Amino acid sequence: MTDMVRLYLGWARLSILEQLQYRVANYFYMIGMVAEPVIYLVVWTTVAEAQGGEVGGFTPGELAAYYIVWTLVRNMNIVLTPYAWEERIRRGELTSDLLRPVHPVHRDLAYFAGWKVVAILMWLPIAIVLTWVFKPTLHPTGAEILLFFVALWGGFLVRFFALWALGLVTFWTTRVQALYELYFTAELLLSGRLVPLSLMPGWVQRVADFLPFQWAFQFPIETLIGKLDTGEIVYGLAMQALWTGVGIGITAVAWRRSLKRFTAVGG
Amino acid sequence: MTFLRLAWAHFKVGAMNELQYRVNFFIQLFQSLLALATGLIGLWLVFNQTDDLAGWRPAELLAVMGVHILMGGVIQTFIQPNMGKLMEDVHKGTLDYTLTKPADSQTLVSVREVRIWSLVDVLTGAIVLGVAAAQLERGIGLGDAIAFVLALVLGAVMIYCFWLILTTGAFKVVRVENILELFSGVYQAGRWPVGIYPLWMRGTLTFLVPVAFAVTVPAESLTSRLTTGTLVLAVVFTAALVVVTRLIWRLGLRSYTGASA
Repeated sequence: MTDMVRLYLGWARLSILEQLQYRVANYFYMIGMVAEPVIYLVVWTTVAEAQGGEVGGFTPGELAAYYIVWTLVRNMNIVLTPYAWEERIRRGELTSDLLRPVHPVHRDLAYFAGWKVVAILMWLPIAIVLTWVFKPTLHPTGAEILLFFVALWGGFLVRFFALWALGLVTFWTTRVQALYELYFTAELLLSGRLVPLSLMPGWVQRVADFLPFQWAFQFPIETLIGKLDTGEIVYGLAMQALWTGVGIGITAVAWRRSLKRFTAVGG
Repeated sequence: MTFLRLAWAHFKVGAMNELQYRVNFFIQLFQSLLALATGLIGLWLVFNQTDDLAGWRPAELLAVMGVHILMGGVIQTFIQPNMGKLMEDVHKGTLDYTLTKPADSQTLVSVREVRIWSLVDVLTGAIVLGVAAAQLERGIGLGDAIAFVLALVLGAVMIYCFWLILTTGAFKVVRVENILELFSGVYQAGRWPVGIYPLWMRGTLTFLVPVAFAVTVPAESLTSRLTTGTLVLAVVFTAALVVVTRLIWRLGLRSYTGASA
């Protein structure tokens, strides 16, 4: 057990050191990413103002809070893309990974978790600027901040395992692009990334309830901006645990089956 | 004239190359349709709540979206591939091979690559525009149509200049791939008329990253919002930008030392 912890810490440290070297590149990436929520924010603020100061239960200040916290959640959301498997298999990188004594999922998890530490640090200045420009209504209590932190990492785990499992489809077919695009579009619409789900029609919200997307996106955001009561937060954390469990389960089963189909290319 | 001949020759070769990979057409088509669906859902959500976004009616915003998709297709087909190749060449030092050719270097680096499958987006944008135009109450006169085409061409030229200036930065700072991410992020802002953005953002989107000229202005011409003043400003700004781009390209070349053997 302690060996495993040391392994994780080592990989995470490596990733932190690596990412710290690419500060400028990381910043370009982050600024490009900030454009997206800012656009949504401006559009919906315009709508809210035209509607007399509220849309879908959100005031302009709350919308600002939603989309600013969005930027942090989105950063936490970046995990191993399923497209990476194509490269791994084609270049034969997987062959050497398979020779290691531990499951390759551990290294990926530790690597991205370490990167998140850098992402959170680099996000802080962006958050300050956005707060200064868009004046969000945000008064979290100490408990909410604490729960937000838990939900943030919970969301990371939900999305990490979902996409890791999805990536394994690459072992079965090489025409994966269409499938992934479809997945990401569904995620965009049903996670609260495009708009808070309360702005969606009721039937869309009911569909979203059966899917993991919102627990990795909207739920952490709403924990911090004070849209949820204690019961809802506990329920949300439970859903995160449930979907992480489902992800781990699928990953475990699918990994063993995928490997049987794997024939090494290169070495 | 040489410019057109060179561009045409490269276009033919590029098209022949891409035509070998026909499946890519279907992938592109699928992506375009998915992006279109997402865009339409976005519009639908907004107009579920209100019937007028900062003075723009649904059909008018559909026209903005059409121009946005169309211009995006032009960028993906002609501009971005060339700039990507240029960055790569500077990175690897292979730009030397292009610079030693007798033709004008700026022309060469601007017409070398073409991704014809992205023309699907040009077509998608044109169809969306057509649908939007049919719903516009005011109708479109001949003057509007001419102004639209002119604004579109000016916009494309401005985006090209903007890209080339950024890419010339690759001579100084080699790692610029993330600029691509940055641009596609900012370009998304053009999906909505720039008038809805706060003043400082409007300034950025007009003169720093000319998304306003590339998308909003052409859309304004179709929805009878365009003033002659704006069009004249676009002409003047484009001319100035072309000259500045040329100067910066020359300056960049001078500091390029080559990295190959």
